[in-house]
Amino acid sequence: MRSHWLARTKYTGGVLQGLTAFACLIIIAIVAIIIGNIVLHGMGKLSWEFLSQPPRDHFTKGGIFPAIFGTAALVILMTVAVIPLGVATAVYMHEYAPKRSRLVNLVRLAIQNLAGVPAIVFGLFGVGFFIEFVGRGLDRGLYGGSLVYGQPAIIWSALTMALLTLPTVVVATEEALRAIPTNYREVAYSLGATRWQMISRVVLPQAAGGILTGGILAVSRGSGEVAPVMFTGAAYSLPELPVRLHNQFMELGYHVYVMSTQAFDVEATKPALYSTVLVLLMLTFLLNFTAIMIRARIRKKLRNGR
Amino acid sequence: MDANLEPVLKDAADFHLFSGIETEDLRVSYSENEILKGITLDARRGEILSIIGPAGAGKTTFLRSLNRMLDLDPDWRVAGAVRLNGQTIYSKEIPVFVLRRKIGMVFSVPVTLPMTIYQNLAFGLNLDREGKSRRDEKVEKGLREAYLWDEVKDRLNEPAGNLSGGQQQRLCLARTLTLEPSVLLLDEPCSGLDPISTRRIEEALQQLKRDLTIILVTNNVKQAARASDRTAFFLFGELIEVQKTENLFTTPREKKTADYISGRFG
Amino acid sequence: MRSSGVLPYRSEVAPLPKLRQTGTLSDRIASVVIQGSAFLAILSLILIFIFIGKEALPVLTSSEVQKEASLSRLFLPQHARAGEAAEFDWQPISDTPKYSLLPLFIGTLKVTVIAVSIAIPLAVAAALYTSEFAPSWARETIKPCIEILAGIPSVVVGFFCLMVIASWLQGAFGWTYRLNALTAGIGLSLAVIPIVYTVSEDAFSSVPQAFREGSIAMGASSWQTASRVVLPAAMPGVLAACVLGFGRAIGETMIVLMASGNAPVTSWSPVDSIRTFSATIAAELGELVQGSPHYHVLFFIGAFLFILTFLINLMGRWCVGRLQKKLQGAA
Repeated sequence: MRSHWLARTKYTGGVLQGLTAFACLIIIAIVAIIIGNIVLHGMGKLSWEFLSQPPRDHFTKGGIFPAIFGTAALVILMTVAVIPLGVATAVYMHEYAPKRSRLVNLVRLAIQNLAGVPAIVFGLFGVGFFIEFVGRGLDRGLYGGSLVYGQPAIIWSALTMALLTLPTVVVATEEALRAIPTNYREVAYSLGATRWQMISRVVLPQAAGGILTGGILAVSRGSGEVAPVMFTGAAYSLPELPVRLHNQFMELGYHVYVMSTQAFDVEATKPALYSTVLVLLMLTFLLNFTAIMIRARIRKKLRNGR
Repeated sequence: MDANLEPVLKDAADFHLFSGIETEDLRVSYSENEILKGITLDARRGEILSIIGPAGAGKTTFLRSLNRMLDLDPDWRVAGAVRLNGQTIYSKEIPVFVLRRKIGMVFSVPVTLPMTIYQNLAFGLNLDREGKSRRDEKVEKGLREAYLWDEVKDRLNEPAGNLSGGQQQRLCLARTLTLEPSVLLLDEPCSGLDPISTRRIEEALQQLKRDLTIILVTNNVKQAARASDRTAFFLFGELIEVQKTENLFTTPREKKTADYISGRFG
Repeated sequence: MRSSGVLPYRSEVAPLPKLRQTGTLSDRIASVVIQGSAFLAILSLILIFIFIGKEALPVLTSSEVQKEASLSRLFLPQHARAGEAAEFDWQPISDTPKYSLLPLFIGTLKVTVIAVSIAIPLAVAAALYTSEFAPSWARETIKPCIEILAGIPSVVVGFFCLMVIASWLQGAFGWTYRLNALTAGIGLSLAVIPIVYTVSEDAFSSVPQAFREGSIAMGASSWQTASRVVLPAAMPGVLAACVLGFGRAIGETMIVLMASGNAPVTSWSPVDSIRTFSATIAAELGELVQGSPHYHVLFFIGAFLFILTFLINLMGRWCVGRLQKKLQGAA
């Protein structure tokens, strides 16, 4: 009897363990398949020419340089807006605001949960507020009514993206600030530092790693999300690169979307499409990988007590 | 209470010449709780005043009210007068960061900033233009006064975290000394240090007291006995008595003091 | 001098300077800049709430908008033509614009349920394996794998779904619509797995080791410990993970836009094309006339999504917070 009971336990034990392990296997397999498929079909057209030339013949020949340029320009504009604002907000909430302020806790809660709001809602805001309201207003005031800013433009996409990624930067910065022991601040004050001196000489250098991580995560999201830029500034095929703030721009992700859903000769553009996806994927991975490396280095430094 | 004190300067003319720090009826509370209930105490240049008393007596709070560290948390309320060299310091007109450079503080846990040894020492000096001049000189002077120069003079660019506990605490002492303060406040600086490091710090204080006013809070009654000139005994936020150290320990005036010193409570 | 015969100390006789000396200027500038920037950022975020709400409001208040799209028209069946049966139709661009939200609701529900039914078992099982049974080499493989999956932009997932998965399924099952709820649901589950996995794994890891040791000391095997001790203890966290995953699924746009067919069909079949709330906004935002009823209805949908996902997130985090408190109290 006893051996029978033991055998049954071992059997069911193995089943649960096996099932959960199988789930892991499925997930790993899915990721491998997706990446494998994209790399396989995308490697073919990948070359320096592809990355540096503009497209020709309805995207069957040439490269996707304008999309890369547009994505980079978008991300740079977004970063210029979001990092100072995000860091300042976190510094304000952690260092300047009264400690037990209810208002600040409410704001913190709102920011954390804003991260879960769908990207398309930000796009909706971008169209309704930035383009229709601010853009038209600018046009009326500065350009006497002609259509300059009251239409999709890279500046509006960048601002929309900045709002989308603001919570990421604020949360990452606040985490970094919280990790700094209060002793450091006390010591700085006791040596006669003013609040800004304490922040700029002790706190911010210590928090720099965390801020950088947050920034890179924001950039990674900014280069991959399509929904917010769809109607705020991205376009499929443009003759020129965006050199003015009110220009439209081409973007990698948006390009993939339009090409896969609306191109009329799917077979002919397939290689270019796959290669574009591969470029986007590589870019995103590079950014995420960098952020992970920085985060790991910070954790190691904290563990060593420096 | 007044009878327990050495005669305090009452003559207004003498205030300019009084060098040291004094409080008059200092009352401190933290969100509705009274921590200090009216302390009138002074410490003068040329002597080490030690403050003893059980935990919760308000010693650390007293120290922190002297260099306005209590300002950092708005829940603290301070009433009464605190005067440095005759000048009241709780005044909207006094920039608190200048005050803190004149009144240095050493905490009970050595907190070295995450920088090199040199950068730690120069931190206070780098804060304004005046401090930056002749920085190397001042750094060396601070280290010598803290009896740390010989041990670190070749290692100034190493991370401060590399030092031992006793060395780090002397580093913290040197760090405040580079600013040439008038008053030095030490909050149980030797807790957790080995006897040799403790002795080095006490020796440094003996040398420093000639030019500075030193207030030393300590949980270790023996340390107060051997290292200070006057001793004050705090209990539950009140100053029970203050006397020359040898008198306090041989003939204390209050029974509570005698009980604490002999270990009957604490 | 009372302390006789001693030379004056270096700086003791100089009185403390009054305010408005060096040092405060940069301090004050910094303070203004930081507080100003923080207010600007916070104001912008509040602005999103307000603006979307403001533009959604006419559906409830303006009679002009309500001629075409009142609440009843949004939720109840409408007669397209006199004499015909009442139907639910979403056709904003037509001679008689129809704004029934029901097809969109059903579409969102279908694809979300499909995605979540695939993602939750997979992710929770994988999280359980990772935290309870896996040897460290396996843990070092699956965790980065999940991070990679989380890092794949949703447009790429949608692309893969559209190009590969849809064709496989079509080849295997031969459905009428190549792009339908099932295809999109499978793709959507890939976006949901990472967050369910991460939060569940966190929940399992926070169960104190003491629980497991106690169970093993009483003779339970590792699977019994996992299923009877760890899983129940971490249940609030796992629930939170599911809630957060659900929220992620509702709001996801690109995958659904690319792989679901985008046809507002009202049916319960999983292999019919669908249109979700988020895809509707994305699909129709381009042809918007400002101030038209269509405009306000889209904002109404946007406001609805905003509030829904915000509340879902709030709930999820609250559950996680409760789990932490419970486990910390017991540990």
